[in-house]
Amino acid sequence: MRKYVCDVCGYVYDPVVGDEENGADPGTPFESLPESWVCPVCGASKDSFAPQE
Amino acid sequence: MMNGFTAVPVAKDVFWVGAIDLNVRNFHGYSTDRGTTYNAYLILAEKPTLIDTVKAPFLREMLNRIASVINPDRIEYVISNHSEMDHSGCLPQVMDLVKPDKVFASVMGRKTLAAHFPFMSSVTAVRDGDRISLGDREVSFMETRMLHWPDSMFSYLPAERILFSHDAFGMHLASMERFADEFDTVVLSYEAKKYFANILLPYSNLVTALLGRVKEAGMEFSIIAPDHGPVWRTESDIRRILGLWETWAHQKPSCKAVVTYDTMWGSTDLMARAVADGLASGGITVEVLPLRAFSRSDVATALLGAGALIVGSPTLNNGIFPTVADVLAYLKGLRPKNFIGAAFGSYGWSGEAVGLIERILGEMDAKPAGDRMRLQYVPDAEGCAKCGEFGEMLAKKISELCGRAPSEGGNE
Repeated sequence: MRKYVCDVCGYVYDPVVGDEENGADPGTPFESLPESWVCPVCGASKDSFAPQE
Repeated sequence: MMNGFTAVPVAKDVFWVGAIDLNVRNFHGYSTDRGTTYNAYLILAEKPTLIDTVKAPFLREMLNRIASVINPDRIEYVISNHSEMDHSGCLPQVMDLVKPDKVFASVMGRKTLAAHFPFMSSVTAVRDGDRISLGDREVSFMETRMLHWPDSMFSYLPAERILFSHDAFGMHLASMERFADEFDTVVLSYEAKKYFANILLPYSNLVTALLGRVKEAGMEFSIIAPDHGPVWRTESDIRRILGLWETWAHQKPSCKAVVTYDTMWGSTDLMARAVADGLASGGITVEVLPLRAFSRSDVATALLGAGALIVGSPTLNNGIFPTVADVLAYLKGLRPKNFIGAAFGSYGWSGEAVGLIERILGEMDAKPAGDRMRLQYVPDAEGCAKCGEFGEMLAKKISELCGRAPSEGGNE
Protein backbone atom coordinates (compact mmCIF):
# COMPACT_ATOMS: atom_id res chain seq x y z
CA MET A 1 0.00 0.00 0.00
CA ARG A 2 1.43 3.37 -1.03
CA LYS A 3 1.58 6.53 0.99
CA TYR A 4 0.05 9.64 -0.55
CA VAL A 5 1.18 13.24 -0.04
CA CYS A 6 -1.10 16.28 0.05
CA ASP A 7 0.05 18.74 -2.57
CA VAL A 8 -1.30 21.68 -0.57
CA CYS A 9 0.07 21.22 2.93
CA GLY A 10 2.45 18.25 2.75
CA TYR A 11 0.38 15.91 4.97
CA VAL A 12 1.21 12.26 4.27
CA TYR A 13 -1.61 9.71 4.27
CA ASP A 14 -0.17 6.45 5.58
CA PRO A 15 -2.60 3.57 4.90
CA VAL A 16 -1.09 1.59 7.77
CA VAL A 17 -2.15 4.33 10.20
CA GLY A 18 -5.31 5.45 8.39
CA ASP A 19 -7.23 8.53 9.53
CA GLU A 20 -9.43 7.26 12.33
CA GLU A 21 -10.66 10.69 13.32
CA ASN A 22 -12.32 10.91 9.92
CA GLY A 23 -13.53 7.35 9.60
CA ALA A 24 -10.58 5.66 7.87
CA ASP A 25 -9.52 2.61 9.85
CA PRO A 26 -5.88 1.57 9.98
CA GLY A 27 -5.14 -0.51 6.88
CA THR A 28 -7.40 1.50 4.55
CA PRO A 29 -5.62 2.00 1.20
CA PHE A 30 -5.74 5.56 -0.16
CA GLU A 31 -7.72 4.33 -3.16
CA SER A 32 -10.48 3.02 -0.85
CA LEU A 33 -11.03 6.31 0.92
CA PRO A 34 -14.45 7.76 -0.03
CA GLU A 35 -14.44 10.65 -2.50
CA SER A 36 -15.80 12.84 0.28
CA TRP A 37 -12.65 12.30 2.34
CA VAL A 38 -10.49 15.40 2.60
CA CYS A 39 -7.00 16.10 3.92
CA PRO A 40 -7.32 16.15 7.72
CA VAL A 41 -4.87 19.07 7.92
CA CYS A 42 -5.86 21.46 5.16
CA GLY A 43 -9.15 20.19 3.76
CA ALA A 44 -7.82 19.54 0.25
CA SER A 45 -9.80 16.96 -1.75
CA LYS A 46 -8.46 13.53 -2.75
CA ASP A 47 -7.41 14.72 -6.19
CA SER A 48 -4.86 17.03 -4.52
CA PHE A 49 -2.90 13.97 -3.39
CA ALA A 50 -0.04 12.28 -5.23
CA PRO A 51 1.73 8.99 -4.48
CA GLN A 52 4.82 9.53 -2.32
CA GLU A 53 8.00 9.08 -4.32
CA MET B 1 -4.02 50.71 33.59
CA MET B 2 -2.28 53.11 31.26
CA ASN B 3 -4.38 55.73 29.57
CA GLY B 4 -4.00 57.10 26.11
CA PHE B 5 -5.06 54.11 24.06
CA THR B 6 -8.58 54.26 22.70
CA ALA B 7 -10.81 51.99 20.67
CA VAL B 8 -11.53 53.13 17.11
CA PRO B 9 -15.11 52.72 15.87
CA VAL B 10 -15.25 50.63 12.71
CA ALA B 11 -19.05 50.35 12.48
CA LYS B 12 -21.97 50.64 14.90
CA ASP B 13 -20.97 48.56 17.98
CA VAL B 14 -17.77 47.34 16.31
CA PHE B 15 -14.40 48.70 17.41
CA TRP B 16 -10.76 48.21 16.45
CA VAL B 17 -8.89 47.44 19.67
CA GLY B 18 -5.55 46.28 18.25
CA ALA B 19 -1.95 47.37 18.67
CA ILE B 20 0.49 49.32 16.52
CA ASP B 21 4.01 47.90 16.22
CA LEU B 22 6.08 50.77 14.87
CA ASN B 23 9.42 49.08 15.46
CA VAL B 24 9.26 45.61 13.95
CA ARG B 25 11.45 45.31 10.86
CA ASN B 26 11.98 41.56 10.74
CA PHE B 27 8.78 39.55 11.05
CA HIS B 28 9.97 35.93 11.05
CA GLY B 29 12.27 36.82 8.19
CA TYR B 30 9.79 39.01 6.31
CA SER B 31 11.19 42.54 6.05
CA THR B 32 8.47 44.76 7.49
CA ASP B 33 9.86 48.10 6.34
CA ARG B 34 6.77 49.97 7.53
CA GLY B 35 6.17 48.06 10.77
CA THR B 36 2.79 46.42 11.31
CA THR B 37 -0.39 46.34 13.35
CA TYR B 38 -1.99 43.45 15.18
CA ASN B 39 -5.71 44.01 14.79
CA ALA B 40 -8.23 42.82 17.33
CA TYR B 41 -11.90 43.76 17.16
CA LEU B 42 -14.54 44.22 19.81
CA ILE B 43 -18.23 43.67 19.05
CA LEU B 44 -20.42 45.36 21.62
CA ALA B 45 -23.24 42.86 21.25
CA GLU B 46 -25.45 41.66 24.11
CA LYS B 47 -22.66 39.19 24.63
CA PRO B 48 -19.60 41.40 24.15
CA THR B 49 -17.20 39.56 21.86
CA LEU B 50 -13.50 39.96 21.16
CA ILE B 51 -12.21 38.80 17.79
CA ASP B 52 -8.56 37.76 17.92
CA THR B 53 -5.99 39.27 20.26
CA VAL B 54 -2.55 40.78 19.71
CA LYS B 55 1.10 39.77 19.98
CA ALA B 56 2.00 39.06 23.61
CA PRO B 57 3.99 42.27 24.41
CA PHE B 58 1.03 44.42 23.33
CA LEU B 59 -1.52 43.06 25.82
CA ARG B 60 -1.79 46.34 27.80
CA GLU B 61 -2.35 48.38 24.67
CA MET B 62 -5.24 46.14 23.61
CA LEU B 63 -6.79 46.01 27.09
CA ASN B 64 -6.64 49.78 27.38
CA ARG B 65 -8.34 50.24 24.05
CA ILE B 66 -11.06 47.82 25.16
CA ALA B 67 -11.34 49.63 28.50
CA SER B 68 -12.01 52.91 26.68
CA VAL B 69 -15.44 51.54 25.68
CA ILE B 70 -16.22 48.67 28.06
CA ASN B 71 -14.84 47.03 31.15
CA PRO B 72 -12.81 44.10 29.70
CA ASP B 73 -14.43 41.86 32.39
CA ARG B 74 -17.67 42.12 30.48
CA ILE B 75 -16.34 40.28 27.43
CA GLU B 76 -18.28 37.02 27.22
CA TYR B 77 -16.95 35.50 24.02
CA VAL B 78 -13.56 35.42 22.37
CA ILE B 79 -13.25 34.23 18.78
CA SER B 80 -9.84 33.11 17.54
CA ASN B 81 -9.79 33.28 13.75
CA HIS B 82 -6.10 32.42 13.55
CA SER B 83 -3.80 30.69 16.05
CA GLU B 84 -0.50 32.28 15.01
CA MET B 85 1.12 34.01 17.97
CA ASP B 86 0.81 37.55 16.64
CA HIS B 87 -2.95 37.05 17.12
CA SER B 88 -3.10 34.50 19.90
CA GLY B 89 -0.02 35.49 21.90
CA CYS B 90 -1.92 37.11 24.74
CA LEU B 91 -4.99 34.87 24.52
CA PRO B 92 -3.99 32.96 27.68
CA GLN B 93 -3.64 36.24 29.61
CA VAL B 94 -6.96 37.49 28.22
CA MET B 95 -8.64 34.27 29.33
CA ASP B 96 -7.08 34.65 32.73
CA LEU B 97 -7.99 38.32 33.20
CA VAL B 98 -11.36 38.44 31.45
CA LYS B 99 -12.61 34.91 32.09
CA PRO B 100 -14.83 34.77 28.99
CA ASP B 101 -17.69 32.26 28.98
CA LYS B 102 -16.46 30.75 25.76
CA VAL B 103 -13.52 30.86 23.37
CA PHE B 104 -14.36 29.82 19.81
CA ALA B 105 -11.97 28.57 17.14
CA SER B 106 -12.15 26.30 14.11
CA VAL B 107 -11.71 22.55 14.61
CA MET B 108 -8.08 22.90 13.57
CA GLY B 109 -7.78 26.09 15.61
CA ARG B 110 -8.79 24.22 18.74
CA LYS B 111 -5.96 21.75 18.12
CA THR B 112 -3.45 24.41 17.15
CA LEU B 113 -4.18 26.57 20.19
CA ALA B 114 -3.79 23.53 22.45
CA ALA B 115 -0.39 22.88 20.83
CA HIS B 116 0.71 26.44 21.62
CA PHE B 117 -0.76 26.82 25.08
CA PRO B 118 -0.99 23.41 26.75
CA PHE B 119 -3.54 24.44 29.33
CA MET B 120 -5.99 25.70 26.74
CA SER B 121 -8.39 22.78 26.59
CA SER B 122 -11.66 24.66 26.93
CA VAL B 123 -11.85 26.07 23.41
CA THR B 124 -15.17 25.44 21.63
CA ALA B 125 -14.70 24.25 18.05
CA VAL B 126 -16.98 25.67 15.34
CA ARG B 127 -17.35 24.22 11.87
CA ASP B 128 -17.68 25.70 8.43
CA GLY B 129 -21.11 27.34 8.15
CA ASP B 130 -21.83 27.32 11.89
CA ARG B 131 -23.50 30.33 13.45
CA ILE B 132 -23.45 31.48 17.03
CA SER B 133 -25.72 34.00 18.68
CA LEU B 134 -24.25 37.00 20.44
CA GLY B 135 -27.73 37.76 21.85
CA ASP B 136 -28.81 40.58 19.58
CA ARG B 137 -26.93 39.41 16.47
CA GLU B 138 -25.23 36.42 14.93
CA VAL B 139 -21.75 35.59 13.80
CA SER B 140 -21.21 32.98 11.10
CA PHE B 141 -17.99 31.13 10.34
CA MET B 142 -16.28 30.00 7.18
CA GLU B 143 -13.24 27.75 7.30
CA THR B 144 -10.35 28.99 5.18
CA ARG B 145 -7.89 26.17 5.78
CA MET B 146 -4.29 26.81 4.75
CA LEU B 147 -4.98 30.48 4.15
CA HIS B 148 -2.52 30.53 5.51
CA TRP B 149 -2.60 28.05 8.44
CA PRO B 150 -4.80 24.97 8.90
CA ASP B 151 -6.78 26.81 11.59
CA SER B 152 -7.60 29.98 9.64
CA MET B 153 -11.29 30.91 9.52
CA PHE B 154 -13.46 33.88 8.64
CA SER B 155 -15.96 35.34 11.09
CA TYR B 156 -18.81 37.27 9.52
CA LEU B 157 -21.60 39.50 10.79
CA PRO B 158 -24.29 38.78 8.16
CA ALA B 159 -26.64 41.61 9.17
CA GLU B 160 -23.93 44.26 8.90
CA ARG B 161 -21.97 42.41 6.18
CA ILE B 162 -18.74 42.81 8.14
CA LEU B 163 -16.02 40.25 7.48
CA PHE B 164 -13.29 39.60 10.02
CA SER B 165 -10.82 38.07 7.62
CA HIS B 166 -7.85 37.11 9.85
CA ASP B 167 -4.63 37.52 7.79
CA ALA B 168 -6.50 37.55 4.48
CA PHE B 169 -6.58 40.94 2.73
CA GLY B 170 -4.08 42.26 5.28
CA MET B 171 -0.64 43.82 5.08
CA HIS B 172 2.20 44.88 7.32
CA LEU B 173 1.73 48.63 7.64
CA ALA B 174 1.97 50.52 10.93
CA SER B 175 0.15 53.84 11.05
CA MET B 176 -2.20 55.96 13.11
CA GLU B 177 -4.77 55.70 10.31
CA ARG B 178 -7.07 52.72 10.58
CA PHE B 179 -8.86 52.76 7.22
CA ALA B 180 -7.59 52.01 3.72
CA ASP B 181 -9.24 55.13 2.29
CA GLU B 182 -6.90 57.25 4.40
CA PHE B 183 -3.79 55.97 2.57
CA ASP B 184 -2.02 56.50 -0.71
CA THR B 185 -3.16 53.58 -2.88
CA VAL B 186 0.38 53.01 -4.18
CA VAL B 187 1.53 52.20 -0.64
CA LEU B 188 -1.50 49.97 -0.04
CA SER B 189 -1.09 48.04 -3.28
CA TYR B 190 2.62 47.50 -2.67
CA GLU B 191 2.27 46.31 0.93
CA ALA B 192 -0.76 44.14 0.10
CA LYS B 193 1.19 42.60 -2.78
CA LYS B 194 4.20 42.01 -0.54
CA TYR B 195 1.96 40.27 1.98
CA PHE B 196 0.34 38.08 -0.67
CA ALA B 197 3.69 37.20 -2.28
CA ASN B 198 5.35 36.26 1.01
CA ILE B 199 2.48 34.59 2.87
CA LEU B 200 -0.24 33.43 0.48
CA LEU B 201 1.58 32.55 -2.73
CA PRO B 202 1.95 28.79 -2.05
CA TYR B 203 -1.81 28.61 -1.59
CA SER B 204 -2.81 30.56 -4.70
CA ASN B 205 -5.14 27.79 -5.87
CA LEU B 206 -6.93 27.86 -2.52
CA VAL B 207 -7.29 31.66 -2.78
CA THR B 208 -8.98 31.25 -6.15
CA ALA B 209 -11.25 28.55 -4.69
CA LEU B 210 -12.08 30.69 -1.66
CA LEU B 211 -13.00 33.73 -3.75
CA GLY B 212 -15.26 31.40 -5.74
CA ARG B 213 -16.89 30.12 -2.54
CA VAL B 214 -17.46 33.67 -1.34
CA LYS B 215 -19.21 34.54 -4.62
CA GLU B 216 -21.22 31.32 -4.57
CA ALA B 217 -22.37 31.94 -1.00
CA GLY B 218 -23.51 35.41 -2.08
CA MET B 219 -21.37 36.98 0.62
CA GLU B 220 -21.08 40.72 0.22
CA PHE B 221 -19.01 43.00 2.35
CA SER B 222 -19.56 46.49 3.65
CA ILE B 223 -16.36 46.18 5.66
CA ILE B 224 -13.39 43.82 5.53
CA ALA B 225 -11.47 43.87 8.78
CA PRO B 226 -8.14 42.00 8.52
CA ASP B 227 -5.68 41.13 11.30
CA HIS B 228 -2.89 43.36 9.95
CA GLY B 229 -2.94 46.82 8.40
CA PRO B 230 -5.90 49.01 7.48
CA VAL B 231 -9.60 48.14 7.42
CA TRP B 232 -11.33 48.21 4.01
CA ARG B 233 -14.62 50.10 4.24
CA THR B 234 -15.42 51.74 0.91
CA GLU B 235 -17.07 49.87 -1.94
CA SER B 236 -14.24 50.72 -4.34
CA ASP B 237 -11.50 49.68 -1.89
CA ILE B 238 -13.23 46.36 -1.17
CA ARG B 239 -13.69 45.67 -4.85
CA ARG B 240 -10.06 46.59 -5.48
CA ILE B 241 -8.49 44.36 -2.82
CA LEU B 242 -10.65 41.39 -3.82
CA GLY B 243 -9.72 42.00 -7.47
CA LEU B 244 -6.02 42.24 -6.65
CA TRP B 245 -6.12 38.94 -4.76
CA GLU B 246 -7.91 37.29 -7.67
CA THR B 247 -5.27 38.57 -10.10
CA TRP B 248 -2.29 37.66 -7.91
CA ALA B 249 -3.61 34.15 -7.30
CA HIS B 250 -3.64 33.50 -11.06
CA GLN B 251 0.11 34.28 -11.31
CA LYS B 252 -0.23 35.29 -14.93
CA PRO B 253 3.25 36.19 -16.19
CA SER B 254 3.83 39.78 -17.30
CA CYS B 255 6.61 41.15 -19.51
CA LYS B 256 8.75 41.76 -16.48
CA ALA B 257 11.97 40.16 -15.30
CA VAL B 258 13.47 39.98 -11.83
CA VAL B 259 17.27 39.99 -11.69
CA THR B 260 18.63 39.11 -8.26
CA TYR B 261 22.23 38.36 -7.32
CA ASP B 262 25.09 38.86 -4.94
CA THR B 263 28.71 39.54 -5.76
CA MET B 264 32.16 39.19 -4.17
CA TRP B 265 34.50 41.43 -6.18
CA GLY B 266 31.91 43.18 -8.34
CA SER B 267 32.11 40.88 -11.36
CA THR B 268 28.70 39.25 -10.94
CA ASP B 269 27.35 42.73 -10.21
CA LEU B 270 28.75 43.97 -13.52
CA MET B 271 27.22 40.97 -15.29
CA ALA B 272 23.85 41.63 -13.64
CA ARG B 273 23.82 45.23 -14.88
CA ALA B 274 24.68 44.16 -18.42
CA VAL B 275 22.01 41.41 -18.40
CA ALA B 276 19.45 43.93 -17.07
CA ASP B 277 20.46 46.36 -19.81
CA GLY B 278 19.91 43.69 -22.45
CA LEU B 279 16.49 42.86 -21.00
CA ALA B 280 15.50 46.53 -20.97
CA SER B 281 16.58 47.08 -24.56
CA GLY B 282 14.53 44.02 -25.44
CA GLY B 283 11.47 45.87 -24.13
CA ILE B 284 11.18 44.08 -20.81
CA THR B 285 10.51 45.81 -17.49
CA VAL B 286 13.34 44.83 -15.18
CA GLU B 287 13.52 44.89 -11.43
CA VAL B 288 17.14 44.50 -10.26
CA LEU B 289 17.61 43.37 -6.66
CA PRO B 290 21.18 43.02 -5.42
CA LEU B 291 20.97 40.99 -2.22
CA ARG B 292 23.18 43.38 -0.29
CA ALA B 293 20.44 45.97 -0.65
CA PHE B 294 17.26 43.88 -0.81
CA SER B 295 15.79 41.19 1.41
CA ARG B 296 14.43 37.82 0.35
CA SER B 297 10.92 39.13 0.89
CA ASP B 298 11.58 42.02 -1.54
CA VAL B 299 12.59 39.46 -4.16
CA ALA B 300 9.43 37.41 -3.53
CA THR B 301 7.35 40.58 -3.96
CA ALA B 302 9.05 41.47 -7.22
CA LEU B 303 8.63 37.94 -8.56
CA LEU B 304 4.83 37.90 -8.12
CA GLY B 305 3.47 38.21 -11.65
CA ALA B 306 6.93 38.46 -13.27
CA GLY B 307 7.75 36.39 -16.35
CA ALA B 308 11.33 35.56 -15.39
CA LEU B 309 13.62 35.00 -12.44
CA ILE B 310 17.24 35.58 -13.39
CA VAL B 311 19.64 34.66 -10.62
CA GLY B 312 23.32 35.53 -10.40
CA SER B 313 25.93 34.13 -8.04
CA PRO B 314 29.68 33.95 -7.85
CA THR B 315 31.07 30.51 -7.06
CA LEU B 316 32.32 30.37 -3.49
CA ASN B 317 34.19 27.23 -2.40
CA ASN B 318 32.54 25.21 -5.16
CA GLY B 319 29.05 26.32 -4.15
CA ILE B 320 26.39 29.05 -4.42
CA PHE B 321 27.05 32.28 -2.55
CA PRO B 322 25.10 31.94 0.76
CA THR B 323 22.77 34.93 0.31
CA VAL B 324 21.74 33.60 -3.10
CA ALA B 325 21.18 30.10 -1.69
CA ASP B 326 19.03 31.73 1.01
CA VAL B 327 16.78 33.54 -1.44
CA LEU B 328 16.43 30.44 -3.63
CA ALA B 329 15.46 28.26 -0.66
CA TYR B 330 12.88 30.87 0.30
CA LEU B 331 11.44 31.34 -3.19
CA LYS B 332 11.23 27.58 -3.76
CA GLY B 333 9.02 27.23 -0.68
CA LEU B 334 6.68 29.92 -1.99
CA ARG B 335 6.05 27.81 -5.12
CA PRO B 336 5.82 30.59 -7.71
CA LYS B 337 4.43 29.56 -11.10
CA ASN B 338 4.68 30.52 -14.76
CA PHE B 339 8.14 32.01 -15.07
CA ILE B 340 11.37 31.46 -16.96
CA GLY B 341 14.42 30.67 -14.82
CA ALA B 342 17.95 31.64 -15.81
CA ALA B 343 21.33 31.75 -14.09
CA PHE B 344 24.54 33.70 -14.49
CA GLY B 345 27.68 34.39 -12.53
CA SER B 346 31.38 35.06 -12.45
CA TYR B 347 33.76 32.43 -11.16
CA GLY B 348 37.45 31.99 -10.48
CA TRP B 349 38.38 28.38 -11.21
CA SER B 350 35.59 25.83 -10.80
CA GLY B 351 32.31 27.71 -11.46
CA GLU B 352 29.66 25.36 -10.03
CA ALA B 353 27.23 28.06 -8.85
CA VAL B 354 25.43 28.58 -12.16
CA GLY B 355 24.70 24.88 -12.56
CA LEU B 356 23.54 24.59 -8.96
CA ILE B 357 21.16 27.54 -9.43
CA GLU B 358 19.79 25.95 -12.60
CA ARG B 359 19.13 22.76 -10.69
CA ILE B 360 17.11 24.62 -8.04
CA LEU B 361 15.24 26.57 -10.72
CA GLY B 362 14.41 23.22 -12.31
CA GLU B 363 13.08 21.92 -9.01
CA MET B 364 10.92 25.04 -8.89
CA ASP B 365 9.42 24.08 -12.29
CA ALA B 366 10.80 27.22 -13.87
CA LYS B 367 10.71 27.17 -17.66
CA PRO B 368 14.30 26.66 -18.86
CA ALA B 369 16.00 29.66 -20.43
CA GLY B 370 17.89 27.46 -22.84
CA ASP B 371 21.17 29.19 -22.08
CA ARG B 372 23.31 30.47 -19.21
CA MET B 373 26.03 33.05 -18.72
CA ARG B 374 29.26 32.17 -16.97
CA LEU B 375 32.39 34.29 -17.10
CA GLN B 376 35.77 33.74 -15.49
CA TYR B 377 37.06 36.41 -13.14
CA VAL B 378 36.39 40.00 -14.28
CA PRO B 379 34.17 40.56 -17.34
CA ASP B 380 35.94 42.48 -20.10
CA ALA B 381 34.17 44.49 -22.81
CA GLU B 382 33.43 41.34 -24.77
CA GLY B 383 32.10 39.61 -21.63
CA CYS B 384 29.79 42.53 -20.88
CA ALA B 385 28.55 42.48 -24.46
CA LYS B 386 27.80 38.76 -24.13
CA CYS B 387 25.81 39.46 -20.96
CA GLY B 388 23.83 42.12 -22.81
CA GLU B 389 23.07 39.63 -25.59
CA PHE B 390 22.05 37.06 -22.98
CA GLY B 391 19.60 39.65 -21.61
CA GLU B 392 18.23 40.31 -25.11
CA MET B 393 17.80 36.59 -25.72
CA LEU B 394 15.87 36.28 -22.45
CA ALA B 395 13.76 39.31 -23.40
CA LYS B 396 12.55 37.46 -26.52
CA LYS B 397 11.63 34.40 -24.45
CA ILE B 398 9.80 36.50 -21.87
CA SER B 399 7.89 38.33 -24.62
CA GLU B 400 6.75 34.97 -25.95
CA LEU B 401 5.70 33.84 -22.49
CA CYS B 402 3.71 36.97 -21.71
CA GLY B 403 2.10 36.88 -25.13
CA ARG B 404 3.60 40.03 -26.61
CA ALA B 405 5.45 40.31 -29.91
CA PRO B 406 9.05 41.38 -29.08
CA SER B 407 8.82 44.34 -31.47
CA GLU B 408 6.08 45.97 -29.38
CA GLY B 409 8.65 46.95 -26.77
CA GLY B 410 7.82 49.50 -24.10
CA ASN B 411 6.95 48.91 -20.51
CA GLU B 412 4.26 46.63 -19.17
